[in-house]
Amino acid sequence: MTLEHNYKPRDWKVHPPVTDAERDAGNPRKPRQPMVPLSHTLSEITGPVYGHGALASGDDDLTRNAVRNGEPLGERIIVSGRVLDEDGRPLPDALIEIWQANAAGRYAHDGDGHDAPIDPNFMGTGRCVTDKDGRYRFTTIRPGSYPLPFGDNLWRPAHIHYSLFGPSFVSRLITQSYFPGDPLLEFDAMYNSIPDQGARDRLIATFDRHAGTPGFALGYVFDIVLRGRNATPLES
Amino acid sequence: MTKQTASQTIGPFFHHILIPREYGQPDFPGATMVTPQTAGEHIRIQGRICDGDGQPVDPALIEIWQADANGRYAHSADTRAEIEQDKNFTGFGRAVTDAEGRFVFDTVKPGAVPDPGNALQAPHINVTIFARGMDVHLFTRLYFTDENEANAIDPVLNSVAQTRRPTLLATRSEDGGRITYAFEITMHGENETVFFDA
Repeated sequence: MTLEHNYKPRDWKVHPPVTDAERDAGNPRKPRQPMVPLSHTLSEITGPVYGHGALASGDDDLTRNAVRNGEPLGERIIVSGRVLDEDGRPLPDALIEIWQANAAGRYAHDGDGHDAPIDPNFMGTGRCVTDKDGRYRFTTIRPGSYPLPFGDNLWRPAHIHYSLFGPSFVSRLITQSYFPGDPLLEFDAMYNSIPDQGARDRLIATFDRHAGTPGFALGYVFDIVLRGRNATPLES
Repeated sequence: MTKQTASQTIGPFFHHILIPREYGQPDFPGATMVTPQTAGEHIRIQGRICDGDGQPVDPALIEIWQADANGRYAHSADTRAEIEQDKNFTGFGRAVTDAEGRFVFDTVKPGAVPDPGNALQAPHINVTIFARGMDVHLFTRLYFTDENEANAIDPVLNSVAQTRRPTLLATRSEDGGRITYAFEITMHGENETVFFDA
């Protein structure tokens, strides 16, 4: 048989290190041994496939998918963008799952002990699958910041979590988008775990006046780039 | 040339989207990967993930990806038309650890799949681990203790120092007809699991 292509490596100039020698000294959750290189086989270049049929309609509208007795509170926003690979090719049929805090900075999660109101009409979760041009679009509420349970009044910058399946198991990515001009970014350990300033900047969604819905919601654009393929096919 | 989007931590509050059954919604997908129609030997993977102090990692999201019992992947990149693909098996599962760091998958034992040189790899399952406090996810593989011959010549297992290979093996046991494989993931320390730069 022929393996069509394998995937480019994870770019360790972009991703946070598995173990930061300084920050993680003494952290029992972090591996110490170097990772073992793994050449891609059929097991790595395949992965789960979820098409448009897998989703309920309206999964991409977080302002409507959990309403009980009214509309969620807060500033409505549209977050849209494209999912691409490193060669700039759009990735169609990519499942995106998002989750976030409500406008007050509280997750609809039993474990969230932050003393901020729960919004009965907002779950803060959504799904969509990219179209043939790799485009996605969510309607949601701008999330609030919330304090961390440690440190001197450290708060997380407002953010949305994204989970993506690209075309293969090794193109899997979980990330977060942030908002432009957030003064908390400077102090955020997660954002600053990224080694490269350019890669940090690319996690900040772009405000785009034309990406919203007039009179209804402001728009932000966040493009997501997954691992590309090596140009040389592996022939057997 | 565009650059990869940086990974960020999954954080602690992912259950209501990634493990929706904990909030009364159907799993999408979940840890039960089989139906009675799924072909092959049905197995349970009983896993545990702990840190270097032996403390459970909670919560952690564990995802697995595997071939069906025939060794065929439910994916277009597996172009081997001569091997029938089980329509009752997607090969993907997702589970969350409990307070003891335990997780469970109900699946089938995968068949062997070829490596790029066309030699057969030992049966295995790809595993990814996401957890609060980890900025990137980790890759490992699960192999089976009852596949000694195949394991001995598996190229990936052989790329790992012999002393560390046991961290990739799931131990088989049978009780009342149920086949269980126990799999321990250790983040750090003497038995630190082998993680791959996949």
